[in-house]
Amino acid sequence: MRKLFSFIIMIGLFTFSSFSNAETSQEKGFRIAAKSDRMDNGFGTSIAKLTMTLTNSAGDSTKRELEIKTKEKPNENVGDKSVTFFFTPPDVEGTALLSHSKILDSDDQWLYLPELARVKRISSSNKSGPFVGSEFAFEDLTAAELGKYSYEWLEDTTLDGLKVDKIKQIPLYQRSGYTYLIAYIDKDINQLRKIEFFNRGGAHFKTLTQSEFKNYGGTIYRPMVQQMDNHLTGKSTTLRVEVYEFGIELNENEFKSSALSQL
Amino acid sequence: MKMNLNPLRLASFKIIVLFAMISSSALASDFSFTPSVTTEFRYFPESPAYDGQLEYFQPSIYFSGEGRWISKDRKKRLQFEPFLRVDVQDDERSHFDIRELNYSQRFSNFDLLIGNAQIFWGVAESRNVVDVINQFDEVENSDETDKLGQPLIRFGKFTDIGRFEVYYLPYFRERTFPGVDGRQRAPLTVDLDNAEYDEGREGWAGDFALRYQHQIDQFDIGIHVFTGTARAPFLKSNGEGTSHIPIYQKLTQGGVDIQRTWDAWLLKLEVVIADQSGDNFTSNVFGLEYTFFDFSNSGIDIGILFEGLYDNRDENKTASTLFENDIFVGARFTWNDFQESELLFGAIIDWKTGSMFSSIEYERRIGENMKFEVEAQYFLAEDSEPLAQFERDSNLTLKLTRYY
Repeated sequence: MRKLFSFIIMIGLFTFSSFSNAETSQEKGFRIAAKSDRMDNGFGTSIAKLTMTLTNSAGDSTKRELEIKTKEKPNENVGDKSVTFFFTPPDVEGTALLSHSKILDSDDQWLYLPELARVKRISSSNKSGPFVGSEFAFEDLTAAELGKYSYEWLEDTTLDGLKVDKIKQIPLYQRSGYTYLIAYIDKDINQLRKIEFFNRGGAHFKTLTQSEFKNYGGTIYRPMVQQMDNHLTGKSTTLRVEVYEFGIELNENEFKSSALSQL
Repeated sequence: MKMNLNPLRLASFKIIVLFAMISSSALASDFSFTPSVTTEFRYFPESPAYDGQLEYFQPSIYFSGEGRWISKDRKKRLQFEPFLRVDVQDDERSHFDIRELNYSQRFSNFDLLIGNAQIFWGVAESRNVVDVINQFDEVENSDETDKLGQPLIRFGKFTDIGRFEVYYLPYFRERTFPGVDGRQRAPLTVDLDNAEYDEGREGWAGDFALRYQHQIDQFDIGIHVFTGTARAPFLKSNGEGTSHIPIYQKLTQGGVDIQRTWDAWLLKLEVVIADQSGDNFTSNVFGLEYTFFDFSNSGIDIGILFEGLYDNRDENKTASTLFENDIFVGARFTWNDFQESELLFGAIIDWKTGSMFSSIEYERRIGENMKFEVEAQYFLAEDSEPLAQFERDSNLTLKLTRYY
């Protein structure tokens, strides 16, 4: 009996040590994604002025100018808060969207409609829905939260001459529009270069390409161009950063629904 | 074409335009102003019910614009929205208003808003009983969505337990009504030059309001009290029985508005308890909204709306309402396309009399700088019901707006 007991202990120790020595592909996937995500920690606040170009399959395009104010939450288990303000097209000028993003639940969202001067809390149970008619879903715009996915490292590969890690990300949010994502993170500055999105039917239907990375001090990088191509519809949306500002004093109160009419 | 624009108002319009031009040059790129021109065409298929009312076609044009300036530190803001309509048929509908001309500033512990403003309170879709700050611009549309700019001073403060606001409304604005040529009016027109006021509440008597707002998880909560002049007038026949005299009464009210946002459901409640000229009554709206996102993989979101309305005021004593015992059913279709196409259908039905007001609205953007809107309104009522006076005024309205 005593021998059997020590045998079990030994088996246990052996198993434990083998786990601690060799990293599983899940752990490796998480580690690389976490490194990429945490490089961004401490940006605090940012204001981005963006131009969004929406192009349909016939090649017709339309532009929107918007500004996104973001306040980072230091805790990885709490989502960031953001306000998106639209300058054009002129019929929606002054419209604003406030989001309190949640990691695994539906976000809290409010819309400000300038025509009625009305603030309206809207249902956001569809994170997979399109963001203002674009190819970006709401969940794509808050995709950087680490806790939203489980990870699996697939392989080392190259992308446009860059050495990258290829990682499979499975959304933990039940009503995500995706079964999984394939992310490509470069080994040089640890940034997300490309994401392939697989829909509920398992088909690769969208691709996000991020380019023209710019350093904003320390380990904080931002892509100046994000392009989302929809392979099913032939439509695409390009988000181009015009101006990025960091470390601006943004009061917590600016991210309250009762402040939305005061922007 | 009849035009009866008050020269004083036109003068103030010029001053404001001048002011906007000066500010835009002084503040350079920070001030933006987007003017717009809308051509509107209303068609009434039925001949009018009352003498003097226009027949069939009512064309008009209106000029508006959105101006804003924000300081570099984002704490100071100026907003400007003028509005001028020229209506070919109804000279009461030809009018000018400063929807917004206000300045606001955020200080470290509080914020201030001063000027003409549009303030919205409420959560429901068919009627917002808690929304008391602005007067309705009834001559624009009978559906209570267009509001006149209200001069006000607002002091606001965020605290850990929510936001508090104190309003002082120094000047009272009378409701607009269609003239003798206008459709959607009572058999008698409203005599705007002879409005009466209870208890000397005319003009600069001043109104006060307090508002509290807070969000707790799924709940958005608002509470308010208001004391001042009621926006809705009691209409009394004049001595000869040739027109209605609007009587503006004293109003004290308190109310709450609550929305629970739960999954794809929105649950809404607005309750007001009021004392208007000695009549105590309650006005309520309870509502549900459910959205089917990406309905059957079409990319279209479909929202289904249901609301119940109740109001027990004594119409012999105070301003009448069409929403005593009503239900509202509606649907909203959102295409999520480039043009942001949207279709909204709604019907308000009195469950006691069967009177019905229904409308269907469609809008979409054309290109980058134009918007097209079409709205059809349909009225159905027993002859004895107040809504019956609109029964021949079902109409189709087309609007095309160009932004510059």
